[in-house]
Amino acid sequence: MVELVIYLVIFGTLFGSFAGAALLVWFERRLLGLWQDRLGPNRVGLFGAGLAIADIIKLFAKEDWIPPFADRFVFVFAPTAIVMAMLLGFAVVPFAPDIHVADLNIGLLFFLGMTSLAVYSVLLGGLASNNKYALLGGLRSAAQMVSYEVFMGLSLMGVVMQAGTFSLVDIVLWQADNIWFFIPQFIGFLIFLIAGIAESHRLPFDLPEAEHELVAGFHTEYSGMKFGMFMLGEYLGVILISSMIATIFFGGWLGPDFLPPIFWFFLKSFAFICFFILLRAAIPRPRYDQLMSFGWKYLLPLTLINLLATGAILLWA
Amino acid sequence: MGMILKAIWSQLVTLYRVLLHTFTPTDTVSYPEEMPYLAPRYRGRIVLTRDPGGEERCVACNLCAVACPVDCIALQKTEDEHGRWYADFFRINFSRCVMCGLCEEACPTYAIQLTPDFEMCEYDRQNMVYEKEHLLISGQGKYPGYSFYHVAGKAIKDKDKGESLNEATPIDVRSLLP
Repeated sequence: MVELVIYLVIFGTLFGSFAGAALLVWFERRLLGLWQDRLGPNRVGLFGAGLAIADIIKLFAKEDWIPPFADRFVFVFAPTAIVMAMLLGFAVVPFAPDIHVADLNIGLLFFLGMTSLAVYSVLLGGLASNNKYALLGGLRSAAQMVSYEVFMGLSLMGVVMQAGTFSLVDIVLWQADNIWFFIPQFIGFLIFLIAGIAESHRLPFDLPEAEHELVAGFHTEYSGMKFGMFMLGEYLGVILISSMIATIFFGGWLGPDFLPPIFWFFLKSFAFICFFILLRAAIPRPRYDQLMSFGWKYLLPLTLINLLATGAILLWA
Repeated sequence: MGMILKAIWSQLVTLYRVLLHTFTPTDTVSYPEEMPYLAPRYRGRIVLTRDPGGEERCVACNLCAVACPVDCIALQKTEDEHGRWYADFFRINFSRCVMCGLCEEACPTYAIQLTPDFEMCEYDRQNMVYEKEHLLISGQGKYPGYSFYHVAGKAIKDKDKGESLNEATPIDVRSLLP
């Protein structure tokens, strides 16, 4: 019986995240339409939601072409890496008090590790394509993700210090007893949000693919379902980062009793997914050097100050 | 520091302004079911109009063909027995036309006009070539009441020089001789 529940949770997480990512393709375009005073896709199915299925059919039916000049093995492997890494990241997300695939005592570190692995996918995809635009995209993504990872990890250390644990379930439980972390760790929250956007290379930090400069960046040479895997990985990343923000800073499943806990979790994650899309609708892409100097000159010192202040206050009290 | 705060504030204002667009109506319509409003002077399909008397306005002066940047207009002048000019053939290749409206601007007789109709899709490219009988409409288009021959001081059928409303009677210059 217990095993059955565990399998249900595992498969629920797996297929739920896949379905979420597929629906997000449609939902993002609808929201962008709303904010740009357009209608957005509204033809296939109810409110156009069938677009998700139509898109998947299209991706599967397309010619799956591997360029003759590409490094064949790495070229095929790269798109799978990002999906694997992101799906593994979902393993530690606590959806509700007992609904999670794994409650690791290093859950937070596991999540950071998995998002770091995703950079290999983009980097190897760009490298294996043997194409100058793809290589430039890969280079940019490597520099961007490696540097933003630093603040991403450090911004969470304040939370870890206060909660005294790396386990995500325990972090949520600490917030149930005390206060949601976005109030005491507001700077940490902001930095994690910005670093999270950069980590999932979404707009305005989508320099790896920057279609105005680099054709399509690291996935220039990709088509068919291999390209679909990159897209899937990106949308999985959006959902993963959103659910992490909800878990770590906004109390995860916590909320008033009139709704079940899992609903509160999804509501909070959904709000951040919408925020990601709003960023895409509103803010233009910075230049590459602006991105890097913003990270190293402002975010890193800010993170360190936040870390020092948190440590000092904790020692004082 | 001030610059940084200003930059952050600017980004937040951007987000807020875009968020406000949740409540604004859309600028687009779902087209085939719902037609968008097109202004009367929208530049769409080209027509040839007629004057109030029901005659062709076009005098085949070739100015439209000269003005056309993509050379999609071809025509040939001819005359009737009373000396009135008109086009022998008048051909517009709409697969080339860019709907710029320069022909309409060049036309001295308001004959060639652009209309708010843009639904001209064809499966066969040959069908995009419109001849004079496809272009001529029976109405006067955007400029009702205008008749070139009644202000031009030229004799045509049933109207001699100076007989029309805005024309002065021609003066016999020899009678002025001393």
